[in-house]
Amino acid sequence: MRWFLYALPGLAFAALIVWVAIPLVRGDDPSDLPSALIDQAAPATDLPGLPGRGPGFTTADLGGEVMLVNVFASWCVPCLAEHPVLTRLAAEEGLTIHAINYRDAPDDALAWLGRHGDPFARIGSDPEGRAGIDWGITGVPETFVIDAAGRVRFRFAGPVMPEIAAERILPLVEALR
Amino acid sequence: MRRFLILSAWLIAIGAGPGMALEPEERMADPALEARALDLYAELRCVVCQNNSLLDSPSQIAADMRAVVRDRLLAGDGDAEIRAYLVDRYGDFVLLEPPFNPGTLALWLAPLVVLVAAGGLIAWRIARRPARPEPDPLTPEERAAVEALLERRRGDETPDGGGAR
Repeated sequence: MRWFLYALPGLAFAALIVWVAIPLVRGDDPSDLPSALIDQAAPATDLPGLPGRGPGFTTADLGGEVMLVNVFASWCVPCLAEHPVLTRLAAEEGLTIHAINYRDAPDDALAWLGRHGDPFARIGSDPEGRAGIDWGITGVPETFVIDAAGRVRFRFAGPVMPEIAAERILPLVEALR
Repeated sequence: MRRFLILSAWLIAIGAGPGMALEPEERMADPALEARALDLYAELRCVVCQNNSLLDSPSQIAADMRAVVRDRLLAGDGDAEIRAYLVDRYGDFVLLEPPFNPGTLALWLAPLVVLVAAGGLIAWRIARRPARPEPDPLTPEERAAVEALLERRRGDETPDGGGAR
């Protein structure tokens, strides 16, 4: 019993080391923060469209079915990397993807979409980045999964690479459908 | 020359530490609002750089968040409402000082718990320690030996005693 008392500080320290080491070994990214919006209604948004492309993006466009909301910009290099994946999700999985064009010149955004294709249903132009803050973004790109009731169910910060789409987004979309 | 280089590198490093990232055009015309804005910037976290406040961070999102703070101040919101506005969007994480709520109970109370537990343990050990028994009185021979030793010591301490050393 006495040896146990003497070993207690060492054991407590060992437990602390294990507890701290688990996320390190697992490779968790400490900058990957959970969104405060999860299970909340999508933030009220009313953004104008890109000139000549049709209506903008408002909260009223959400709901009815599971949708994605993607935050992108023409100056954002990782957005280019995820663009083929989003295009495939829209074309092959029949997902409606709305977009917030974050801190971008509308002409640059239109030229970028002309070059790389336009998989988006509605695009709202957010040149001042206010809608970005309403959605709690920490960078571009970010992608949100919105359920049929218009609630945010998942947020992914960073480019949606094929394995992210296959392992994290599509299973959730299927479950919510 | 070498010393000069080291000193200047050090001075540059100090000067390059965190400072205010405010642009001149971000100043608010009303000094009272400006003072509140500066206080709010300092207690809100930049969500990109994570360990800078809005006041320190040069990032675009921090500038946008400062603009939101100013807009809400001009709209007449209180400081608590402005904090709540950003917490709704970014979570408690956006506050540099974590609030006291069920989620942060362990964070705030852990030092107190450790202090009370450690203090209690020490108090318990002291209380449990058996009282030291009174030593037996000296026998006449021991007393005589002590007196003799003390006497010799006194002799050593006289200025010209020479002593045993």
